[in-house]
Amino acid sequence: MNLTLYVWRQKDAADTGQLVRYQAKNISPDMSFLEMLDGVNQELITTGGEPIAFDSDCREGICGACGQVVNGVPHGPRKLTTTCQLHMRNFRDGDTIYIEPFRSRAFPVIKDLVIDRGSLDRIIQAGGYISVHTGGAPDGNAILIPKQDAETAMDAAECIGCGACVAACPNGSAMLFTAAKVTHLAKLPQGRPEAGRRVCMMTEEMLKQGFGNCSNHYECEAACPKGIKARFIAKLNREFVTAQFT
Amino acid sequence: MTLDPKIPSGPLTEKWDRRKQEMKLVSPANKRKYRIIVVGTGLAGASAAATLGELGYNVDAFCFQDSPRRGHSIAAQGGINAAKNYPGDGDSVWRLFLDTIKGGDFRSREANVFRLAQVSANIIDQAVAQGVPFARDYAGYLDNRSFGGALVSRTFYARGQTGQQLLLGAYGALMRQVKLGSVRLHPRSEMLDLVVVNGHAKGITVRNLVTGEISSHAGDAVCLATGGYANVFYLSTNAIGSNVTATFRAYKRGALFANPCYTQIHPTCIPVTGDHQSKLTLMSESLRNDGRVWVPKNKDDKRQPGDIPEPDRDYFLERKYPAYGNLAPRDISSRAAKEVCDEGRGVGPGGRGVYLDFAGAIGRLGEQTIRERFGNLFEMYERITDENAYRQPMRIYPAPHYTMGGLWVDYDLQSTIPGLFVLGEANFSDHGANRLGASALMQGLADGYFIVPYTIADYLGRTTPGTANVDQQEFRASREEAAAATEKLLCINGKRTVNDFHRELGRLLWDNVGMTRSRESLTTALKRIPGIREEFRQNVAVPGSGGDLNQELEKAGRVADFLEFAELLTKDALAREESCGAHFRSEHETPDHEAKRDDENFSHVAAWEYKGDGKEPELHKEQLEFENVELAVRNYK
Repeated sequence: MNLTLYVWRQKDAADTGQLVRYQAKNISPDMSFLEMLDGVNQELITTGGEPIAFDSDCREGICGACGQVVNGVPHGPRKLTTTCQLHMRNFRDGDTIYIEPFRSRAFPVIKDLVIDRGSLDRIIQAGGYISVHTGGAPDGNAILIPKQDAETAMDAAECIGCGACVAACPNGSAMLFTAAKVTHLAKLPQGRPEAGRRVCMMTEEMLKQGFGNCSNHYECEAACPKGIKARFIAKLNREFVTAQFT
Repeated sequence: MTLDPKIPSGPLTEKWDRRKQEMKLVSPANKRKYRIIVVGTGLAGASAAATLGELGYNVDAFCFQDSPRRGHSIAAQGGINAAKNYPGDGDSVWRLFLDTIKGGDFRSREANVFRLAQVSANIIDQAVAQGVPFARDYAGYLDNRSFGGALVSRTFYARGQTGQQLLLGAYGALMRQVKLGSVRLHPRSEMLDLVVVNGHAKGITVRNLVTGEISSHAGDAVCLATGGYANVFYLSTNAIGSNVTATFRAYKRGALFANPCYTQIHPTCIPVTGDHQSKLTLMSESLRNDGRVWVPKNKDDKRQPGDIPEPDRDYFLERKYPAYGNLAPRDISSRAAKEVCDEGRGVGPGGRGVYLDFAGAIGRLGEQTIRERFGNLFEMYERITDENAYRQPMRIYPAPHYTMGGLWVDYDLQSTIPGLFVLGEANFSDHGANRLGASALMQGLADGYFIVPYTIADYLGRTTPGTANVDQQEFRASREEAAAATEKLLCINGKRTVNDFHRELGRLLWDNVGMTRSRESLTTALKRIPGIREEFRQNVAVPGSGGDLNQELEKAGRVADFLEFAELLTKDALAREESCGAHFRSEHETPDHEAKRDDENFSHVAAWEYKGDGKEPELHKEQLEFENVELAVRNYK
């Protein structure tokens, strides 16, 4: 199939950037979205143009490196699917596709579709872990964890840190990202001792990094390629309020 | 050069304790005087950097990704082995050791493998303490599953994302140290050179991938945890960015490269669909617990899989290896799949595929159970192939996945360059000629959490801290060379893209140095690699400049190294006149087409020394001594 692309091109952080039109020809439905862009880039290189810069690494939907806003939706039209796992059979011959970076005040554009998501790392640095040193941990079965809690922790822990939730949120909030980590650790007995401190430190850092707050749009949940639930934000709020009184 | 593995004396079970007792320690007050450089933030790198930071050292951690959470360990699906014997099915440290030695076809070091089995249990405890949400049963206890090459259930897992959860655990520990100020992070930084001063590793030269700036970083020791080189085949299950550059440049600075020909081809990957393909996707080996592998008995049988009755199906793994069946080790399963496809019995477009069928398991256990176990894998399969594996069998085919070879290290994980430590997939030591499933996560974390933090102290305890600085001649020269090499790539202005060359190299290696190798195929590859490399140097198109984010330039540097490294890999494969594990030479097979080892002449590690551009590398051998296990023909029948 043949497609018309409008791709965000921006030389560097200082550049204002603009959408540029490209033709993607002879696209196979079995290609992934990024393989389609690879093809466009190959042609750009051989015809003297500059290839479109975009992040990707594992290309199997788990590393969280890729992420583009495709036709207005972070990671594109298919639910629960990262850009790298989005296949061209989800499009039709003759389609026009708009491709932009994940936009947020806390995600400055580095070049074209490549953004700086270091702010998410800094939220984790603020407390997104259990403060245990290597060595001396008790036997793994010394701490029994009800299956249901382990499952909920895992549901939250599946976050890949891609930032789609931030890009989807009208407030540019990283609440779903933060809530996923808070919930993952708060659901486990090992994570309880630091739970109150953790939620306070992480939310404070989130605001410091320039992310907005949550006003219940639920766009984050709709955009999340891993199906992280917005109810984890309620869990975060509960942990946060509890922490104020303990 | 004699290769001294520095294996501690004494009985196998006491070696590691003994070594720890003799080692020098660095006092808490002195640790902060030392700076350690860690390259790579996958399981091995992140766990090492975090632990070294906790101990009080100053650590600089580098990765080429935008965040340390994205190392390719994250993609490991199935699980991590540990000799916990929670199920009470007869497992022990000794059995995990034996399985790993046997799985590696008796081409790994006894002492290293035993230590790996010993610390395996600590890894699980550590990960649980960090909050890794391993699967649990209704009573709250940790759950286990079985994996290839083992007759016990010793694999711990977190759904189909065990690598992700373990890496996020290590990443959390690393982030904590960043916050505490003991670790400085350098994301989007690619190592271009190792700096050696007076014979000791003292730093690295990196390119900042955003600004293009080439800078050096000095320290008292360097840890490389930069993963494997399966992307030399172009198509592999590795991440797009995975590369050999860091280890290959260390090789060029004097570190020996061991067993490069040991490349693992994983049996269960989604088959190739066309030339556009940029990578291959693995379907976890754990699927073989419940899925049955088969092809039609008759090569002209073009019926839909569901229409082929039982008597017309060949469950070839169960037929050939009745004891292990569908859980035969990876090398054996991959070759068996290739064999039936070579016979013309392969399925799917192009005939390069075999079925992995869950109909029996769904009938026995119900679709819900299968969904709980493998739901995310089935979804992934559906996204890529547009086929529903609950209704029809998956189609799978082997693909390059993991590389057992790597920089040579001694028992302390130190390379032939003092002060250069190599961890995880980047070293060669624990998996011999074939790695068993769920052992890579175990090894990466063993090296990073529990081994290098001890052994590096022994080196540092003999080293005066802070002697290196980036103004030294060696550092300046390294920066100049790196800058010149980058500039050279940008000035070629050729006609063919980097991907085009990479694809050509990959196809050549896959066809000639892949699952089956012969003197003839290896010689063909050796003849053709220099031609591709020469053309690359004359005719590659690298657009843009070196002064900003330039992804084609990054790729060009990596492919330039693959083009040199491929030759070393092929030479090693040619020199190893035997079949062992994943290295299968068609001249050396048993009458029933199994790998035929030559223990008399090849029970050694082949470690290659760089002798200069265009010169033949020199082969050094480390003889493998087996004092505790008997060398046997690997039998999974």
